[in-house]
Amino acid sequence: MTNNNGRFGIHGGQYIPETLMNAVIELEEAYNHYKEDADFNRELTALFNDYAGRPSRLYYAKKMTEDLGGAKIYLKREDLNHTGSHKINNVLGQALLAKKMGKTRLIAETGAGQHGVATATAAALMGMECVVFMGEEDTVRQALNVYRMRLLGAEVVPVKTGTATLKDAVSEAMREWTSRIADTHYCLGSVMGPHPFPTIVRDFQAVISREIKAQLAEREGKLPDAVIACVGGGSNAMGSFYHFIEDKGVRLIGCEAAGRGIDTFETAATISTGRLGIFHGMKSYFCQDKYGQIAPVYSISAGLDYPGIGPEHAHLHDIGRAEYVPVTDDEAVDAFEYLSRMEGIIPAIESAHAVAYARKIAPVMGKEQIIVITISGRGDKDCAAIARYRGEDIHE
Amino acid sequence: MSKIGKAFENGKAFIAFLTCGDPDLETTAACVRAAVENGADLIELGIPFSDPTAEGPVIQGANLRALTGGVTTDRVFDLVRELRKDVQTPMVFMTYANVIFSYGAERFLSTCREIGMDGLILPDLPYEEKEEFLPLCHTYGVDLVSLVAPTSENRIAMIAKEAEGFLYVVSSLGVTGTRSEITTDLKSIVEVIRQNTDIPCAIGFGISTPEQAAKMAGLSDGAIVGSAIVKIIEKYGKDAPLHVGEYVRGMKEAVCRV
Repeated sequence: MTNNNGRFGIHGGQYIPETLMNAVIELEEAYNHYKEDADFNRELTALFNDYAGRPSRLYYAKKMTEDLGGAKIYLKREDLNHTGSHKINNVLGQALLAKKMGKTRLIAETGAGQHGVATATAAALMGMECVVFMGEEDTVRQALNVYRMRLLGAEVVPVKTGTATLKDAVSEAMREWTSRIADTHYCLGSVMGPHPFPTIVRDFQAVISREIKAQLAEREGKLPDAVIACVGGGSNAMGSFYHFIEDKGVRLIGCEAAGRGIDTFETAATISTGRLGIFHGMKSYFCQDKYGQIAPVYSISAGLDYPGIGPEHAHLHDIGRAEYVPVTDDEAVDAFEYLSRMEGIIPAIESAHAVAYARKIAPVMGKEQIIVITISGRGDKDCAAIARYRGEDIHE
Repeated sequence: MSKIGKAFENGKAFIAFLTCGDPDLETTAACVRAAVENGADLIELGIPFSDPTAEGPVIQGANLRALTGGVTTDRVFDLVRELRKDVQTPMVFMTYANVIFSYGAERFLSTCREIGMDGLILPDLPYEEKEEFLPLCHTYGVDLVSLVAPTSENRIAMIAKEAEGFLYVVSSLGVTGTRSEITTDLKSIVEVIRQNTDIPCAIGFGISTPEQAAKMAGLSDGAIVGSAIVKIIEKYGKDAPLHVGEYVRGMKEAVCRV
């Protein structure tokens, strides 16, 4: 039988080089110790509240609700967190854990740059060294975030291998970790990779659904009918879903980046177009060819541009507990502009995928029903790219 | 004893790794023959993978060139069929778990038996996950080779006790690639291995010179060289077989002097 540790149904596991095995075992032991530790939790809560600005607001989007004419729409404002996205939740948790473990150096991968910026921020705060691996293609798409990371004292390593995007940044960070383990913690940015990362990242991000539940109970006295979030690796979605998994009446909807469409090769929609495989330390669904070569994926969003999905999402899909739907570049860009004009909130292009799907389902839902959309990040970083998408020649 | 054991019957073993299809499959076949004729005791054939996370830049490049050239798992099987007409030396595949998983593990391993592959090395399949393929490896008589790393420490005995074929001792932290110096306390690692198994162990990662090979073979039962050979193939392309043969001869002589 396969090792049950870190399995979500058939997914997950620890498909990594022997060189890293003791490192992940040590990480798991440390996490299991500190997650129950009162001092650790007090420190983390203080960081969440005083530094990251939690709890994040649950905002009733009145104009959007009226415009769509159906379900009541709430926005979970992770974009208002310090550093501008949900990524800070996981990073503060992991950086604190790494520090307790005696590590002095954080390494991370980043796609859009949000996780890299969050890691660089936590490293600066905690006086740790920081190296961020970023696909060269993404360093161009997200030049401003590269500067932010450097400003925060991190070294940014452009990754030129493969497709020079997020998956290659993950591969390179893993390679770096195998070469330097003693003082280094790999601060993985999503609910993916080998056990215990999918569990650790989920637990640190679960603050999102914990807050949604409490905030909505206070505002409306009930549970939402649907929670919608974008999914690349799937950390903001997992965090948004987690405390609702047992509440069967709550629809959990993950929006994947379909790029130019799931009937094209230029897509990153893993559940729609991928199949079961083993990669980056986990068994899950991956975009791949018939020989198991990982497919070069595409999305306008550098943060969703990943050929796999976290193992717990793969399991929620298998058992039918969550739905995963594809959203195209065009739909996401429309939603990016829509939310900006409708509510005066510029969402990250990643989060705009979730907004786009809400626009489809809200009108056909009842006015007494409630949708919560997680706005995982703010869209300032995307403005130049979206302008270019619309034919305006703007560069940062 | 598995056929891999024969690789360790001619003194200390020299084990050569090549990426299949770099620059093309004909050259790979010629390089394998050149390596065997010049004393290689075991051949590791790399089935290219798009994202080889345990490889350094040299073997990453070879994987990319091979895939760009249209190499597939089926074409690698054809290469082995062709080689097995005259090459009797033990051979193993080195690749990544997804290559086997996506092909269908049973279909992959039954083909291994059919074409005469003796073993499988999967750098992303640690002890904890080996059940993924081990039962089928046993069904089809293919050895699943385990790896021990400088960080394995308390895990070495557990891994060694269940090892088959040979034990691949990773010399250094990090990914594959040549290194000027290997600093791991390999002597202690090999001692623990010897206490727990009778199967041979060979050291790989970072070895490129005859001196390094001799030193590593002195500490174990053999030396494994990949990146240095792949570099020769990258440099000489279709003319590589001659140079690979010459290199292997020097390396085998070095390990035999131990």
